[in-house]
Amino acid sequence: MNALVNLASLLKSAKEIFPFHGGVHPPENKAQSTQLPIAQLSLPEKIVLPLRQHVGNIPKIKVSIGNYVLKGQLLAEAEGAVSAAIHATTSGTISTIEDAIIPHPSGLPDRCITIIPDGKDTWIEKKSQDWRNTDRKNLVSSLRLSGIVGLGGATFPTHIKLRSDGKSGVHTLIINAAECEPYITCDDMLMRERADEIVKGITIAQHLLGAERVLIGIEDNKPEAAAAMQAAVVSTNMRVVVVPTLYPSGDARRLVHLVLGTEIPHDKRSTEVGLQVFNVATVLALYRYFELGEPSISRIVSMTGNVQNPQNFEVLFGTPLPHLVKAAGGAKPKTTHYIMGGPMMGFDLPTENVPITKAANCIIAASPNLFAPPPPAMPCIRCARCADACPVNLQPQELYWFAKSDNFEKANDYKLFDCIECGACSYVCPSNIPLVQYYRYAKSEIIAIDKAHEAADLARERNDFRLARIEREKLERAQKHAERAAAGKEEVAKKALDAQASPTLEGNIHADAGDVKKEALASSKQAAIAAAIERAKAAKAAAAAQGDAPRNVADADETVKKEIAEIDTRRQAVGIETTSEKPAIDEDKHTKIAAAIARAKAAKVAAEAAKQNVTKED
Amino acid sequence: MIGLALALGALLGYAALKFKVEGDPLIARIDAILPQTQCGQCGYPGCKPYATAIAEGRADINQCPPGGDTGVRALAELMGMEYKPLNAENGVEKPKAIAFIDEEICIGCTLCIQACPVDAILGAAKHMHTIIASECTGCELCIAPCPVDCISMEPIAVTPDNWKWKYPVIPIKSLPIKPEFTV
Amino acid sequence: MMLKVLLALVPGIIAYAWAFGGGILVTIALATLTALAAEAAMLKIRKRPIQPFLMDYSAVVTAWLLALAIPPLAPWWLIVVGTLFAIVVAKQLYGGLGYNPFNPAMIGYAVLLISFPVIMTKWPAALQLAQTKLGFVDQLHYIFSGVLPQSVAMDAVTSATPLDYLKTQLTLKHEVASIKQAPIFGALGATNGEYVTFAYLLGGLYLWQQKIITWHLPTAFLGALALISGVFWVIDPAHFTSPLFHLFSGASMLCAFFIITDPVSGPTTPTGKLYFAAGVGIITYLIRVYGGYPDGVAFAVIFMNICVPLIDAHTQPRVFGHEK
Repeated sequence: MNALVNLASLLKSAKEIFPFHGGVHPPENKAQSTQLPIAQLSLPEKIVLPLRQHVGNIPKIKVSIGNYVLKGQLLAEAEGAVSAAIHATTSGTISTIEDAIIPHPSGLPDRCITIIPDGKDTWIEKKSQDWRNTDRKNLVSSLRLSGIVGLGGATFPTHIKLRSDGKSGVHTLIINAAECEPYITCDDMLMRERADEIVKGITIAQHLLGAERVLIGIEDNKPEAAAAMQAAVVSTNMRVVVVPTLYPSGDARRLVHLVLGTEIPHDKRSTEVGLQVFNVATVLALYRYFELGEPSISRIVSMTGNVQNPQNFEVLFGTPLPHLVKAAGGAKPKTTHYIMGGPMMGFDLPTENVPITKAANCIIAASPNLFAPPPPAMPCIRCARCADACPVNLQPQELYWFAKSDNFEKANDYKLFDCIECGACSYVCPSNIPLVQYYRYAKSEIIAIDKAHEAADLARERNDFRLARIEREKLERAQKHAERAAAGKEEVAKKALDAQASPTLEGNIHADAGDVKKEALASSKQAAIAAAIERAKAAKAAAAAQGDAPRNVADADETVKKEIAEIDTRRQAVGIETTSEKPAIDEDKHTKIAAAIARAKAAKVAAEAAKQNVTKED
Repeated sequence: MIGLALALGALLGYAALKFKVEGDPLIARIDAILPQTQCGQCGYPGCKPYATAIAEGRADINQCPPGGDTGVRALAELMGMEYKPLNAENGVEKPKAIAFIDEEICIGCTLCIQACPVDAILGAAKHMHTIIASECTGCELCIAPCPVDCISMEPIAVTPDNWKWKYPVIPIKSLPIKPEFTV
Repeated sequence: MMLKVLLALVPGIIAYAWAFGGGILVTIALATLTALAAEAAMLKIRKRPIQPFLMDYSAVVTAWLLALAIPPLAPWWLIVVGTLFAIVVAKQLYGGLGYNPFNPAMIGYAVLLISFPVIMTKWPAALQLAQTKLGFVDQLHYIFSGVLPQSVAMDAVTSATPLDYLKTQLTLKHEVASIKQAPIFGALGATNGEYVTFAYLLGGLYLWQQKIITWHLPTAFLGALALISGVFWVIDPAHFTSPLFHLFSGASMLCAFFIITDPVSGPTTPTGKLYFAAGVGIITYLIRVYGGYPDGVAFAVIFMNICVPLIDAHTQPRVFGHEK
């Protein structure tokens, strides 16, 4: 099968480029920030590291206030399957662990670790890995500790993209260097200056994936970068594919289509069709982690827009934005706010006082000259220019209509969740309708409704279970009562029993099984209670000792650990379980309920038999 | 003629067997709309009994405060009935909250555990109880039985996790140009 | 965008004025004023901001299309009533710009055609054919007072349109070839009228070049019209006229490039546009040949407007990464 796919794509590759539907060409504005080379940003006065810098679960804090940490030291470790670690980006003392405004469209505060640098920037002991001669499985689990996430802006933990068993059916690795959004030049500069390191990183990624082929997709507006990469790959089997400049060619699925002609099915990940896409900055981070032993502590950020000297900087995560702005010569007058990401998909930062995170590929100082306030939106006249521009071939005018009128079911029918929020539709709309905002609104409403439904289903199950349990207990009481009565008049009962031997016996067996299960249940309940007590004690002790700080959990057994984890989730955010765990729990519950019902039925049969016996005596 | 009648009869009989539905699908469909809070504010001991009562025409569709206005509308559509505002006698719609036990005050009487319709309270006699937040429906049934009033309802806080994008508010009128925007 | 549509109509209007006299300019001015006044009044009543909606020129486009569709020497009140109906009922009462299910100009036209069939089918003869030539002042005078200069008889300035004449003559058992000998027929369509049609085509090509419209609608409309008329013509050339005649007479070109291209009341998917325009073409032909009215564009467009939601729903393009 794979051979067939390979053959097909080999035949296709004769044609080189496979354009996707739609796309737009906004003014690039990239030249401003490519005049100067990448500069190393100096150490700021403080480092504020949000725990939420990636897609997935919040990592678990492993340090406490007052601790002295070294550069590259693990501060928080990945929690659950989809999560990424956080490391100290310089040496210093942890001053606070509290909520602060994070760079997130919500503008809400979230948990952050603040380090006061000691200025020495002392590294932990860096250990490079002999990745060529190490089991892939070990490499992937080691990657979990690296804190590396997709640096193109999506921030998906990288270790998830490499199958945990260390094997994958990936035959082609695509390196995303398209960088299609206006203003952003961090990948461009990175390729111009560090092409060799990138290629080393690609080799590692290729090794981890077991990919035979590597394609590097670069838009044709970056000739220097393409030339640098071309020079760096000459002695390898990697191929640089220059794609035409057309937003959003940097979207992973669009890029795959551009370079291979493959359309990844909407319900599949690229790995399922043997492809994997990595951003250039991400593979560079892989190189640094495996070759130099440096975890993910910095990235290249394009500081551009309304600043004196737009430039790319290598910035430590957690660096406050004002420090970066100052390094770029400061904001020019009339700067109104800052945009994180590009003008198409980025969002307005709630305040200047936010730290640079793993997602921050670009910061644009906005002024009315650069970004005029949008003219008032006019009604949609169904001109369908948005449909012509949509790279996913959706019908944005219909989606807008449904989102606007809260007709979420219809919006779903028209594939709202295939929308990549690239903003091409809003860009071309002659009526200046902020279409993407409507789609985001509709998407988050639908997600909230689905979550509420899930919660309702859970509640229904638990209620059913509880009712079944109450019923069963009632029946068991009745049965016991009947048994006692039966035991009192054994002689008579025996005669009756002979007559109805088989069903009663069967019933008894079932009842016995039920009892055993009940005992098991009771003991597990007791364990849970014990755990709860222990946890409470631990919580109290911890609270007394150091407020909210993490507890010593080294000695705790598995159940206790689980309980503590549960409490943690509840405390940090109002508990939403990880989706990966849920089906298992549900299944478990289903079997429990089924068992309960079976037990109840068995008990009923037994009780009825007993009852009949009693009646017969009378 | 008789043959036709027999054939049709057989077809009907077959269809009846083939498309037989277990239980009353209407109750299940109503139950699917109800929020499963199991709070009893509707006057029935739970969501399913209320659903049954609606299906049987014994209860009105506007008695479920946690389901809110949206819930009444959904029920009205399902039942083919006229929408009516929530019956104030049953309570008012409020933001979703979950119960919180002040673990310092709790004496471990287990009364709340017995009251909880979804077994979302963990604990044992004479030991402090705690609420499994992800399973609490916010029904408030545990508040009344508590002899020491240690249970309170905490509204669910907005975090970056559950934050939602707002409906775009677009001024139709031309924006007044702010002074600092002028050149 | 709408401004470009107006610009594209200018060659057609110039040709029109040359062919039928300057009266059309008065009609257009009158329709424009009425449309703007009606739009402003309705926006005020509906408590909507007036300025942005007047400045989008959508009402002006409606007014011009309606003015070009009705006979140029129609009395002033006819123009006012038609425009008012188009703006007030067909557009604003449905929710204004972007919400009208029907093409407002065509609704206005259809209402006038049904209510005042005699005036609506009384077209002035092309200037070079008329026995008496009316000057601009006379036309102006006639539009507002309904009185012709003394010594000029009504019949002397009007004539049947080719489509109308053809229909009447065919019922009188004449054959196409002999009918077409009448002076009102030009090389392709109507004498002089065909130049107007050419001017519309020119304007339409400009719109296409400017990417205001796509090729789908005009091509499908003209193609379907040519195809169906071609089939009938090949079968029986004695009783059916050639496709070229149909393409260049009546409102065909105006319809192809300016009327069915109204985005609000039309379909949005590329395939849907093809179906929609082909439908309009076929219905137009059937009304022309078998219907009670000489031209069928207005009713064809309104009928297909009804079908738009259906067409859109069934012509959704394949979304990236989905099976059809």
